[in-house]
Amino acid sequence: MLGEDKLRSLMLAGLGGDSGAYRTLLQALRERLRAYYGRRLDCQTAEAEDLVQESLIALHTRRATYDPAQPVTAWVYGIARYKLVDHYRRTGRRRHAPLEAAEDVAVADESEAVHARYDLEQGLADLPQRTRELLRSVKLDGTPVAEVAARAGMTEGAVKVAVHRGLARLAARLRGRAPGDEP
Amino acid sequence: MTDDLILRLSRDLKPVSRLTVLRRLALGVGLGAAVSAALTGAILGFRTDMAAAAGELMFWVKLAYTLGLAGVALWAVEQLARPAGRGARRALVIAAPVIAVAALALWQFAHTPPPLRPHLVLGDSSALCPWCILTASLPPLIGLVWALRGLAPTRLRLTGLMIGLAAGGAGAAAYALHCPEPTAPFLAIWYSLGIGLAGLLGATLGPRVLRW
Repeated sequence: MLGEDKLRSLMLAGLGGDSGAYRTLLQALRERLRAYYGRRLDCQTAEAEDLVQESLIALHTRRATYDPAQPVTAWVYGIARYKLVDHYRRTGRRRHAPLEAAEDVAVADESEAVHARYDLEQGLADLPQRTRELLRSVKLDGTPVAEVAARAGMTEGAVKVAVHRGLARLAARLRGRAPGDEP
Repeated sequence: MTDDLILRLSRDLKPVSRLTVLRRLALGVGLGAAVSAALTGAILGFRTDMAAAAGELMFWVKLAYTLGLAGVALWAVEQLARPAGRGARRALVIAAPVIAVAALALWQFAHTPPPLRPHLVLGDSSALCPWCILTASLPPLIGLVWALRGLAPTRLRLTGLMIGLAAGGAGAAAYALHCPEPTAPFLAIWYSLGIGLAGLLGATLGPRVLRW
């Protein structure tokens, strides 16, 4: 999955009229949107796919509303959430929480989460590649340490130590920066 | 199947200016305000003492207050028109011009002899003023709804409130070209009431007319 920095440069190129970059961007965003709606509309793949299409069209026709000062992912998930809430309202289905509350509160929540994710990606990008991959497998994807160790050709102990050091460095970097700040 | 869609959307891609949002909002409110000013002149007539009025401080305070409210509201809308924008915090700044004019009104009220106070507050047109302002706010409100329908607001009620207040401020500025009332309490109460009504109208309509 493409990270925030890559998405941002593709987005800016797309806004400048670069068709190739824009196509790559839409393809990457489609995967994110599929994951987003897939999680929230479990077992309703047709509906999820409709929403993916609707969101792609919306973010295309309204691409002028992207503010280069904010993360592309925050903007995209803002659109995705709006379309999801609109979908619930249309189909009259309510899940988890009343939609009136969701409309006002959840948008802000999502953007916080996206900013946190953005910070995390930035922090990860600063780590050495090997550490980053280990950290991602163990902590983000939840792969068992034994499996990661086998794949990397390391002992379990060495993986644990590398992950621990990586986390410490990541924490040090994140503490040095306010949430959501540009690097 | 989305491959087709993506190909279609990325073909013949036109460059998009960073100023699109601002330009759309300015166009919507500007055309609307021009219509309001023209209608004010045609129906109510501009102030006959305009040359003298231009030398009065209150004439400029009225314009500054109404256009200031419109400016702050539009500044918030500029972010509210974007998904995950930071418009809510900006919307709170709307309190600043209101507090400033309220303070000016209180000061003027306190420095006016009690027998003159009712006229200071009520003027000659207080019963009409808020309704005229609400009417004058309709053209800019229509312009702003048009502008927002091409953008992407996600908090429709708050966005509706803010475009209502912006349209109210613009409409009130147009109405001020007719209205000769020269006092701060009149401005603080009756102008604010008219602009507030426009905001209420926007908040009521927002969730229905701003959906996308």
